Amino acid sequence: MAQRVLEFLQRERPLALAETGSHVGDEIAVVHREHLVEVLTLLRDHEQMRMNMLSDLTVVDYLGQTPRFEVVYQLYSIPHKHRLRVKVLVDETPGECWVPTATGLWYAANWAEREAWDLYGVRFEGHPDLRRILMYEEFVGHPLRKDYPQNGRQPLIRRPDAPPTDDQTTRLMPDSHDRRVS
Amino acid sequence: MTESSASYVPTLLQDAVNWAQKYSLFTYPFATACCAMEFMSTMGPRYDIARFGAEFPRFSPRQADLLIVIGTITERQAPVLRRVYDQMPDPKWVMAFGVCASTGGFYQNYTVTPGADQVIPVDVYVPGCPPRPEQVLDGLMTLQRRIQEHRGNCQQDIGNTAAIGYTDRRKLPVLQDGTSMTLLPDERLPQDGRVR
Repeated sequence: MAQRVLEFLQRERPLALAETGSHVGDEIAVVHREHLVEVLTLLRDHEQMRMNMLSDLTVVDYLGQTPRFEVVYQLYSIPHKHRLRVKVLVDETPGECWVPTATGLWYAANWAEREAWDLYGVRFEGHPDLRRILMYEEFVGHPLRKDYPQNGRQPLIRRPDAPPTDDQTTRLMPDSHDRRVS
Repeated sequence: MTESSASYVPTLLQDAVNWAQKYSLFTYPFATACCAMEFMSTMGPRYDIARFGAEFPRFSPRQADLLIVIGTITERQAPVLRRVYDQMPDPKWVMAFGVCASTGGFYQNYTVTPGADQVIPVDVYVPGCPPRPEQVLDGLMTLQRRIQEHRGNCQQDIGNTAAIGYTDRRKLPVLQDGTSMTLLPDERLPQDGRVR
């Protein structure tokens, strides 16, 4: 059903598309990062598209591949009732691990991008308030990255005589605020 | 009065105080997750925790002496739990309600504290996901038995608390802006009022 969305994109912005596909009934468009905002704006504003709802914004970590991360936008058009999944590939090197923000297009992108930054460390350039949203400020690293140690806890507070745990990195992470209490 | 009887009187007095305390527990429910539903059932008329002398939930920790940690404690929330515990006046007891509060449960990951006992001393653990109300009542009776035997964590800390008062005043919490004198000065919560 949303095949017409892909055909529209191929007609309007052929250079922006790296790849298109379809998986179990969901249409997918892989977009170059430099054309991302342009494509998203077109999808939101064009009369035939009207993608006025950002259902979700997530990141996938393909550890070992380059580019490593995949930022996924799930779009939905309430008036036309069609969906599209837009993907952007992002590499993990610090200078390259970013995508432009979509907060100017959908308010829903604000917290979703903060969550993606918090858990995966993908920066969203131009975001008005790119802070951690789930983890605390003292947390070091991005816990949903596949190379983050399992059970890698960074406690804010512990009793000195607390029972032993299965932590792998407790009190080992730099700058972890570990306050001992009696 | 002989020497032996003189030392026996405070023990009797302590027993009487413990007996009084175990049947008038004022609970503070620190409810964070789905176990709170089962706690409501325990409080309600069908299971009726009031039959055991713990009927009245206080929604300020300063008026409570039984802290019931109900649900998952995240690392981000652990300082808040500690702060709530520090605000409670002695003598005080803690019940870990459900596996998440006891051990972290099946959340073995970066964000969940593996048990409330990592942060505060816990007197009785009630396992279950969530525990049945009967288990909670059993845990409460276990706690009451421990109070009568003078084996609660805070009772061992502060010693003989019989009507004449506390033996070691350094153990008493002195509350200033939510911080506690039971902590060393460099371990108190930040003075700028920032709550994580």
